[in-house]
Amino acid sequence: MSIGVIVFPGSNCDRDVQWATEGCLGISTRRVWHEETDLSSFDAIVLPGGFSYGDYLRCGAIARFAPALQSLIDFAAKGGRVLGICNGFQVLTELGLLPGALTRNRDLHFICEDAPLKVVSQRTAWMQGYNDGALTLPIAHGEGRYQCSDETLKQLQDEDAIALSYGNNPNGSVSDIAGITNASGSVLGLMPHPERACDPATGGTDGRRMLEALLG
Amino acid sequence: MPRFQARVLVRLRPSVLDPAGEAARGAAERLGVEGLSKLRIGKAVEMELEAPDEAEARRRLELLSDRLLANPVIEDWTLELEQS
Repeated sequence: MSIGVIVFPGSNCDRDVQWATEGCLGISTRRVWHEETDLSSFDAIVLPGGFSYGDYLRCGAIARFAPALQSLIDFAAKGGRVLGICNGFQVLTELGLLPGALTRNRDLHFICEDAPLKVVSQRTAWMQGYNDGALTLPIAHGEGRYQCSDETLKQLQDEDAIALSYGNNPNGSVSDIAGITNASGSVLGLMPHPERACDPATGGTDGRRMLEALLG
Repeated sequence: MPRFQARVLVRLRPSVLDPAGEAARGAAERLGVEGLSKLRIGKAVEMELEAPDEAEARRRLELLSDRLLANPVIEDWTLELEQS
């Protein structure tokens, strides 16, 4: 069992993810350059945070065309688990694996702080470990304001696809949304950083259960 | 092969908050510019291309605008096209 972490030019949380999954959780992890196309050896894929392709044009807009992501569409279609963190979430929306878009924070600030979060749905494996319904994860983004149409929001609610919401909505996201899944629950995108909350020495362990869910 | 000049204007949809535009509007007031009730920031993308005819040039640029230059979830775009 192993996971792949896609690395784009400008990714900067790929090593953090590997530190968390391999170093803290003992999951075999390989970083995958974005030009690779064979993802068949992996049980799950992580799109890490950072600034892929400098976030030129829009966050995630250019990364979406990377060869590895054309393979990721097939990987996800077969039910493979995909986790997009921060810039990875932005890429997943641009790619169309998740609905909506991430835009400039309401107050323009790059926000770097611990965010209190609420579990909105425990339906998927990603969230099943969070029985008390609340967790704290670091956020670090300038463009994390989740935007979608009223129809898309209703669809997310009908599909029970809103996974996480902010306790204090720091960026102005629609309906306080911090993370969503696809209808089947195999794909999760979120702005907070679970990989930065996997060791008590560096800010808590609330991210561990989410990363453990990569392998079910 | 005919050459074309094109400009695509990408705008945030009216329903999407533009905090950068609001910040710029606040700065305009501090500059002393009065009466500015709206300021929204978009992008202008200028391009030159060769294509067999205008219809084909338009087809390529519409694909580009819809799939890459703008994100239809949050943005609208308009295309200006003329032969050089």
